[in-house]
Amino acid sequence: MIESQKGAPPEMPDIDLAKLPNTTIGDIYVENPRMTARQVQVNYGDKTAIEGVSLDIGGCEVISFIGPSGCGKSTFLRCLNRMNDTIKTCKVSGDIRLNGDDIYAPDVDVVPLRARVGMVFQKPNPFPKSIFDNVAYGPKIHGLAEDRGHMKQIVQEALERAGLWSEVHNRLDDPGTGLSGGQQQRLCIARAIAVSPEIILMDEPCSALDPIATARIEHLIHELSSEYSIVIVTHSLQQAARVSKRTAYFHLGRLVEVGLTDRLFMKPQHEMTNNYITGRFG
Amino acid sequence: MSDLHIVSQFQSELDAIKAKIIKMGGLVEASIVGASASLYNRDAELAEHVRASDAAIDTLEQQINDEAARVIALRSPNAEDLRLLLTVIKVSGNLERIADYSKNIAKRTRVLLELRSIDGSPAALRRMAREVELMLGDALNAYVQQDQALALSVIARDEAVDQIYNTLFREFLTFMMEDPRNITACMHLHFIAKNIERMGDHVTSIAEQVVFYTSGEKPTDERTKADVTSSDAALSGMKPTWSTGAE
Repeated sequence: MIESQKGAPPEMPDIDLAKLPNTTIGDIYVENPRMTARQVQVNYGDKTAIEGVSLDIGGCEVISFIGPSGCGKSTFLRCLNRMNDTIKTCKVSGDIRLNGDDIYAPDVDVVPLRARVGMVFQKPNPFPKSIFDNVAYGPKIHGLAEDRGHMKQIVQEALERAGLWSEVHNRLDDPGTGLSGGQQQRLCIARAIAVSPEIILMDEPCSALDPIATARIEHLIHELSSEYSIVIVTHSLQQAARVSKRTAYFHLGRLVEVGLTDRLFMKPQHEMTNNYITGRFG
Repeated sequence: MSDLHIVSQFQSELDAIKAKIIKMGGLVEASIVGASASLYNRDAELAEHVRASDAAIDTLEQQINDEAARVIALRSPNAEDLRLLLTVIKVSGNLERIADYSKNIAKRTRVLLELRSIDGSPAALRRMAREVELMLGDALNAYVQQDQALALSVIARDEAVDQIYNTLFREFLTFMMEDPRNITACMHLHFIAKNIERMGDHVTSIAEQVVFYTSGEKPTDERTKADVTSSDAALSGMKPTWSTGAE
């Protein structure tokens, strides 16, 4: 899952600091944050991808990251479970904590970290295994199941919570890759939640799906938000508006503005946010 | 805010809706002027023209609302674009109501031509209508220029219109008490005064929409309502004045 996402770092525009605000507009803090990021900077070689990003992610909240391509939203998302570690030239600095634990501390093992901070990618990427084994994979490597019966229970619960159980319960041994795109994405969500994460990161989870499958995923995000914190990177402004309680707008590597989604979409404070969400030249 | 949309068609659609609001505003201004002039000059032909011109205003309101709904459905606008479209729907409704009041004034003018004239009141009504027409012009300019300060000044000016109405209310009561033969004409004139006062309220509402469009906030201050004629306390306070007038 992690290896499949390896690749060259994305092209980043040079940062024109003059156009950007020095500090983020809006309240970056929440009460009882589950995750805190402070002054996060990411460099790909000598290029700065994001700079000075500070943001809290609350418990059981859905927050959207929006912004033009290359703005750093995916880069920041990938910092939150150290996915950027897989890119050799990438250097992350700043402070990111999950329930108070520094996730970049030298003694942190990224495998259990990525169980605590699950991830769902743009393109559904089930393993070339059965539906059951796809969901059982995480609990197995993390040793969460006591026996076969317990494992079955974990898999069923994860599939139920992902809204897929009724569609696949009688064909759990079929290959996961044989499902439709929307079902595959829900299978990937079931796989992520099977290890009981604290946060789920979603990187454009619906961009490869049709409107019906998208609606199902959005409904699922809403359902899951009662238990998990969900961070979603999306290019669809309407999706951000529909699913998230808060929205963060990134531009040229800075977190320009963050706030309640309804306020941000009705009355953005910064001109760049306004220009982006109204489809004007920035 | 001055940047143009990447999708130029979207920009054209918004511009077209704005242009229709301005066109509608122009027709409504003309209908206020026409209704007021027909009353003052006792001009039946002009009154008829005002009545007939209402249909074009109604059609424009329908077109604006249809177009705004279409753009909301197809473009999913946000922020200032969404605020523009929400406000055009309300503003076109306000304009349509103002035109209805003009039409009503024109209808009553036809009736008043058959009745004895009441000294002084047509001039006061013309002043009142003139003030509302100027306020409307400023509210529409504020809309086009996204001028919040101008919109707020329009809101403040509604008080003067209300005060003219209060004065007329007392005058009409006095005339009716003086001579019951004035009652029919005064009732019509009172309705006309009330119509103009309501026009002022609709213009104020347009100005409030401009504030929302430009700032994203509705005006917070409770605006002053100077029309005291519907207040029990004010009515009881007026009684001695009427008595004096009737004696």
